[in-house]
Amino acid sequence: MSLLNLTLKVWRQDNPSDSGRIETYEAKEIPTSASFLEMIDIVNERLIKDGHDPIHFDHDCREGICGMCSMTINGVPHSKERGTTTCQLHMRKFSDGETIYIEPFRAKAFPVIKDLVTDRSSFDRIIGAGGFISVRTGSAPDAHAVPVPKPDADAAFDAAACIGCGACVATCKNASAMLFVSAKASHLNHLPQGQVEKDQRTLSMVRQMDAEGFGNCTNQYECEAVCPKEISVQHIAKLNRDYLAASAREGVS
Amino acid sequence: MSLDSKVPTGPLGEKWSSHKMGSKLINPANKRKFKIIVVGSGLAGGSAAATLSELGYQVDCFCYQDSPRRAHSIAAQGGINAAKNYQNDGDSVFRLFYDTIKGGDFRSREANVHRLAEVSTEIIDQCVAQGVPFAREYGGLLDNRSFGGAQVKRTFYARGQTGQQLLIGCYQALSKEIAKGGVKMHSRTEMLDLVVVDGHAKGIIVRNLVTGEITSHAADAVILATGGYGNVFYLSTNAMGCNVMAAFRAHKRGAYIANPCYTQIHPTCIPVSGDYQSKLTLMSESLRNDGRIWVPKSKEDAAAIRDGRKSASDIDEDSRDYYLERKYPSFGNLCPRDIASRAAKECCDEGRGVATTGLGVFLDFKDAIDRDGEDAIRARYGNLFQMYEKISGDNPYLQPMKIYPAVHYTMGGLWVDYNLMSNLPGLHVLGEANFSDHGANRLGASALMQGLADGYFVIPSTIAVYLSTQKAGAVTTAHPEFKRAKNEVRDRLKALIEIKGDRSVDSFHRELGLLIWDKCGMARDRDGLEEALKRIPAIRDEFWTNVRIPGSVNGLNVELEKAGRVADFIDFAEVLCHDALNREESCGGHFRSEHQFVESDSEVQDGTTQTGEARRHDDQFQYVAAWEHTAPGTPPVLHKEELVFEEVKPSIRSYK
Repeated sequence: MSLLNLTLKVWRQDNPSDSGRIETYEAKEIPTSASFLEMIDIVNERLIKDGHDPIHFDHDCREGICGMCSMTINGVPHSKERGTTTCQLHMRKFSDGETIYIEPFRAKAFPVIKDLVTDRSSFDRIIGAGGFISVRTGSAPDAHAVPVPKPDADAAFDAAACIGCGACVATCKNASAMLFVSAKASHLNHLPQGQVEKDQRTLSMVRQMDAEGFGNCTNQYECEAVCPKEISVQHIAKLNRDYLAASAREGVS
Repeated sequence: MSLDSKVPTGPLGEKWSSHKMGSKLINPANKRKFKIIVVGSGLAGGSAAATLSELGYQVDCFCYQDSPRRAHSIAAQGGINAAKNYQNDGDSVFRLFYDTIKGGDFRSREANVHRLAEVSTEIIDQCVAQGVPFAREYGGLLDNRSFGGAQVKRTFYARGQTGQQLLIGCYQALSKEIAKGGVKMHSRTEMLDLVVVDGHAKGIIVRNLVTGEITSHAADAVILATGGYGNVFYLSTNAMGCNVMAAFRAHKRGAYIANPCYTQIHPTCIPVSGDYQSKLTLMSESLRNDGRIWVPKSKEDAAAIRDGRKSASDIDEDSRDYYLERKYPSFGNLCPRDIASRAAKECCDEGRGVATTGLGVFLDFKDAIDRDGEDAIRARYGNLFQMYEKISGDNPYLQPMKIYPAVHYTMGGLWVDYNLMSNLPGLHVLGEANFSDHGANRLGASALMQGLADGYFVIPSTIAVYLSTQKAGAVTTAHPEFKRAKNEVRDRLKALIEIKGDRSVDSFHRELGLLIWDKCGMARDRDGLEEALKRIPAIRDEFWTNVRIPGSVNGLNVELEKAGRVADFIDFAEVLCHDALNREESCGGHFRSEHQFVESDSEVQDGTTQTGEARRHDDQFQYVAAWEHTAPGTPPVLHKEELVFEEVKPSIRSYK
């Protein structure tokens, strides 16, 4: 197994009000088969041994599905590898002697808590504003009562694959959350079960997104490029159509 | 304290409906006066919190992650079982019940399992109405598949992300209730103790993981839905944060832990690659439908592969041992999880493992690709092959995969009665955190079913049985027990941070995990378990004198969080080993090497089973082992709940 020696430039910030700074660390003898987060584990182990505070970062499942890990690696959320979360990135993608910049997901609506840990609760509030179908437990009809055409079910699934990590926001120069919001709206608006609340959902989610301080979409499509689940910007187009229709109907009602 | 399972009387199929009819209700005006704490926001906790709020209760929900959507239920791949019989292939509530009881090796409670099978159909209805995008056929109806060796197609699935889609459905329902004000959500908050007032669970002490603030929360009932204890092995398929702390704190306050020795090892995981490894990744079991598992016949060939001198393609057919096909000709590579896992371990113990660490076997798709073509295999397993390649760097279309078993799920947990209430009144336990439905072994696609059954359909009804005996809001945080518990929590954190030793928290966790995996993993025996019980106290002593936690108790401090969890894993490991030592039989996920069928047994002679199969001792061990905490350092006390089988007759399983 080959080993790498790397230089890390890591964003360190003690608390939300600290101005923060880049610190330099040597990452020595890193196995190429280690994951990126295991590389940080190794660096942290040494920091702890030397009496320093370890680098704080969010992570949990380490298999690319929980959406918690969130590092901007050499300027790109989750790194330049396509369709990958930070935890799925492995060190064989790097070469010996390389310098790696590691920063948090940056956006006004994602304030830094400490080091690479950010507060993404704005996403939860957007879902709470309308990202659901109101169905009380126990009141559902038989699952086969409403057939769903396969193309609709598949389109809904493609949108529902979103893991809520926020890479789309972090990469956008406007810190827009349109890919995240449109993925949820498109998932539910595609399904017959989601039709009743469609207008209300669309309007409420977009308004909450604006209230949280996310920027506007200017169609650069960087969100799609960094999305670890490769969610398509076509959902943004659908959201814009649904929003327009809902606004018009709201206006006349 | 006696263990009364409170299973209702009457015929099995009528117990649940007659129990609901016979239980007291709480009228809508009174519901809003009752406050319920839910710890955990996965499928069990999230669905319970959302549903209890819909019913009108005040709910406070806690999770350690930054959002309830991150809970580890999200990682389940395969699917969720339900007795819908949409395929018209002979499925029924009774058949799902029977399969689950048999799969659990006759170590679960009939009434609980039957209820699980009954409500399974409602879960699918509920999830579809929420917009969960299950796989569908061209006619627009739901598709099903057969999973985990089941002989009917009863598994509903959403590509390889069923857990994610179910959890997001549940999270959306929860978010709706949070926005309405029915649920107060406390994310990045960890439960550090349970508060017991006059013998009843009436609240919790938590730490805000961002600020470090310790706060008390009182309620009329407490629900724990905090998942399993797989991370006691350090490496598992669990998320990094999964821990036993909430359950173990409750245990120290009087709740019994039942059957902790029932742990499930999944045979198809990506092998460990080095000491730095932090977790293991599961590859869906479906791969065994087309992959053939083998190791070289000779140790020399295996060593050459490990050293990189040979590759799999250098080993000709005659020199390969397709050991599952050889030992179990009729089930072959599809034999049950525990059998496949132990067989892999045996080969590696013989020195025939093929991964660099020696712990790995081949899962080979060459024959399937030759037979069906690469495109067909890609269509079936494309995402899994891609995941494998990302992690291992090898292309499984060209080289066989390497796999090894890993800890995946824990069937044991806090003891609960039919109402999902522990022996500690007021404390309710749901999902993987309780022991109740899977017996000694869980079937594939049943974990999601149980979590949602408990949260959506069981607890909303059964919690009223307890609440109807209580006066709403009778206990507040002003009670001295809260102050006492809070001080104990503070003292413990202070003690941890002041040790200032030389070793990291992870190094202790790794040491403990290796010991438990070695002595209480896929196969256990008396000597090994006794040795583990000797060594755990030494690990504990060193931990409490030599762990190093930088920083302070204030603010975000991940090392401090991990230290609290590892301290409880160390203590929990003792209960686990005591249980494994006590259970002098093999059943499901608990394999005691001393108790297996041998050639001379009549059951082997007459073909009922085969050598090496788990041997139960129903005459002595047909009971739930529930352990009571005593003083630190002294063994727990065993309480037994005898299992009664009225509908099914325990039999010997055979997969030959």
